[in-house]
Amino acid sequence: MKRRDFLRKSVGAGFVAGTTLSFTGYNKLFGAELPETDTPYDLVAVRGGEPEAMFDKAIEAMGGMGNWVKPNQSVLVKPNIGWDVIPERGANTNPGLVRRVIEKCYEAGASEVVVFDHTCDNWRRSYQNSGIEAAVNAAGGRILPGNDESFYRDVKVPQGRQLKEAKVHELVLNTDVFINVPVLKHHGGAQITISLKNLMGIIWDRRWWHRNNLQQCIADFGTWRKPDLNIVDAYRVMMQNGPRGVSEDDIVMMRSLVISPDMVAADAASARLFGAEPHQIGHIRIAHEMGVGTMELENLSIHRIVV
Amino acid sequence: MQTRYLKSFRVIISLFFLVVSTLIFIDFRNSFSEGFISSFLFLQFAPSVVKVLQVAGLSALGFLVILLLTMLFGRVYCSTICPLGIFQDVVSWLSVKLRRKKWPYRYAKPHTVLRYSLLGLTVVFMLFGSILILSLLDPYSNFGRFVTYFGKPVALGLNNWVAPMLVSGGVYTLYPVTLPAIRWEVMLFPLLMLVLVVWLSLKYGRLYCNTVCPVGTLLGYLSRFSLLQIYIDEQACSKCGRCDRVCKSSCMSFRDGSVDFSRCVACYNCLKICPDNAVKYSARHGRKISLIDKDYLPSPEKIDVTAKPAENPVVDDSKRSFILTSLLVFFGINRFARAGTDDIPEPEQDTTIPEKKNYPVSPPGSVSLKHFNSACTACTLCVGVCPTHVLQPSLLEYGVGGFLQPHMDFHAGFCNFDCTSCGEVCPTGAILPLSVDDKHVAQIGVVKFERENCVVYTDNTSCGACSEHCPTRACDMVPYIGELTIPEVDESTCIGCGACEYICPTRPYRAIYVDGNPIHKTAERPKTERVEQEVDYEDFPF
Ligand code: SF4
Ligand code: SF4
Ligand code: SF4
Repeated sequence: MKRRDFLRKSVGAGFVAGTTLSFTGYNKLFGAELPETDTPYDLVAVRGGEPEAMFDKAIEAMGGMGNWVKPNQSVLVKPNIGWDVIPERGANTNPGLVRRVIEKCYEAGASEVVVFDHTCDNWRRSYQNSGIEAAVNAAGGRILPGNDESFYRDVKVPQGRQLKEAKVHELVLNTDVFINVPVLKHHGGAQITISLKNLMGIIWDRRWWHRNNLQQCIADFGTWRKPDLNIVDAYRVMMQNGPRGVSEDDIVMMRSLVISPDMVAADAASARLFGAEPHQIGHIRIAHEMGVGTMELENLSIHRIVV
Repeated sequence: MQTRYLKSFRVIISLFFLVVSTLIFIDFRNSFSEGFISSFLFLQFAPSVVKVLQVAGLSALGFLVILLLTMLFGRVYCSTICPLGIFQDVVSWLSVKLRRKKWPYRYAKPHTVLRYSLLGLTVVFMLFGSILILSLLDPYSNFGRFVTYFGKPVALGLNNWVAPMLVSGGVYTLYPVTLPAIRWEVMLFPLLMLVLVVWLSLKYGRLYCNTVCPVGTLLGYLSRFSLLQIYIDEQACSKCGRCDRVCKSSCMSFRDGSVDFSRCVACYNCLKICPDNAVKYSARHGRKISLIDKDYLPSPEKIDVTAKPAENPVVDDSKRSFILTSLLVFFGINRFARAGTDDIPEPEQDTTIPEKKNYPVSPPGSVSLKHFNSACTACTLCVGVCPTHVLQPSLLEYGVGGFLQPHMDFHAGFCNFDCTSCGEVCPTGAILPLSVDDKHVAQIGVVKFERENCVVYTDNTSCGACSEHCPTRACDMVPYIGELTIPEVDESTCIGCGACEYICPTRPYRAIYVDGNPIHKTAERPKTERVEQEVDYEDFPF
């Protein structure tokens, strides 16, 4: 199913029920043709550098940000900002990476880049102490709140097995391009958290997921809306005590980055970096089975770069 | 300096204090820094007195500044710094404007016995280690409660009404804020006080300050000895009586030219109004100052028995409409503050084993229940600054002596691991400041796990929400059946932050909860092992 068809079907209810939407993306979702991206590789992985430099290499290898962001499009960049901890603890996406991603969006002609997360800790403190608020501001983007139910709209998840509906932040519905920027880390509940799990930050009612088969819900939600691009931050990787971590002892300097338009592929490759087999991770395996993407890395064209 | 301008000067300073105090308590966006709040409140008299009993040091000496000011100028605290005093002035001013009453006040006798009894009661209670009477009567704390319970919901309601319009236009300068609703039982006493204070100020100016307020009584007693005092120069006075009619303390008797300076709140209305420049504000002219009020009373034959405090037909109406408005606000309040974020659907299965909590949980830095209960005047400042809203006013959770003092309500939120805000702002020293490092091991309570309430046990599905939120790994997931894991708790590293209790989805009883430590302890630091892993940057495992 083409993305716009899918959106029309699944988001339709949310739009009708939703309140005034005034982002430019609103019209585009219904009207304009979205370009089928034509990328040289399915996945690019970079190792051994700083987050910014690795991203520059990766996006260049993928044919440039222009493949995803067209002039005058609005962009949502969704990092993981779940916890009120400093960047050195690796619990949130690297702020330097977030900044560079936004800069690249603007270079590609984005009209506006917005950022938010439905945080676990207090959102003001998490935005600030993660360094991401400053990074977004420095890049000229806007970081917006995600911790009030009034921002969320009901959507249907028709292909979900367990999860049939969810409340999704209106920014996801109102922007043209959705770029997922998760951090790779250990997770007590979901084993590891990468791209698929990062989408729990765009929904409101996640306690329900915890109570109703978490791994299945994560995979189900992957059928609703696939981010256009996934950029996995595996620079500082929390190997234990995730998702919050206890100290810097939990961190290994992995200095890696994975990008792919396919969430499941990005997660599969990142899981390997972590030292786990993709099929051992419940939600990656189920998402693969449900056709959200593929975890069979052997069948993909992968470009590997050492910095 | 022309003393007539003193009044304008006083009005400007007092409005500054009133507006900033109000904003500090309303601030639901945490825009004021803790440092600013605590220096701004440095001068609040009662909290400062309580604080000096808890901690030594400069930060506790605001009351000395006030004492000094009082000895020099009289009760300038009451006219410019006390937010409740200025609030009353605003109410009186409005009522005078609305009633178009030019001469609202009249000399009246002091309620000497009542005022000194209330002061005495406050002091005696404090000597016996109870802060109850002070917290019920202290003007600063009452003001704090008024704003938190009645002002803030209105501000929040406005915000949540306007914000969605802006947000839907893509403007996020204002954004909706949801706070846990405050229980109505908790708001009863503050409402009663609000009605009393407003009614007194509508009718009698500063009668609250000169009858009920222990701070006013104490400073009033001292101001009899102050350097500068208001007095009437009888040579110049033409007995027009204007000063008497603008004196909101009803302490100025033009007939016999006396001023009861113990009740004068240094508002300087009389200085401004006197056409003869007969009201003076200067060093005492060797006049005999008596310590007993009756020396200031006019002699019986001079008392105009018909001169009652301003008689006014509109008063009752405005009183009635005021009560009506407060009731509306009061009952509408739960609508402004939409119910908490308890978004989980009805659980399939109710839990059956009740939580066994023995003690309430007091905030980190409050040392022990005893320390906290004997020093907190329930001003609710910490309730307002707490970023996670875990601090909520109690009713009787601490017993009668801890009436309205904030407690940790883990159904409303959980204590942020790196936050130390409440201790930084607490003006009474009830919550002492902690460094972030000390906060990480400040054990305010300990975790209890009721396995047979846990989703993993009852439903055989995975959950682990508690462990996910635990900042210390005192709650960890260990192998259960097959791939399932179930919580295991370690009381020695638990700090009682309540993250596990807050997030646990079981109802009505939670499978994991925190029981308070009556005396706070120091938790062990979590033992972590460094992950040792060689990384080969040339190697791609796919
Ligand atoms: S330390 Fe805890 S209780 Fe105190 S303000 Fe911070 S989050 Fe609230
Ligand atoms: S109260 Fe719960 S979440 Fe907090 S430290 Fe203890 S076990 Fe962990
Ligand atoms: S959050 Fe509650 S139900 Fe879930 S694992 Fe912990 S104790 Fe059990």
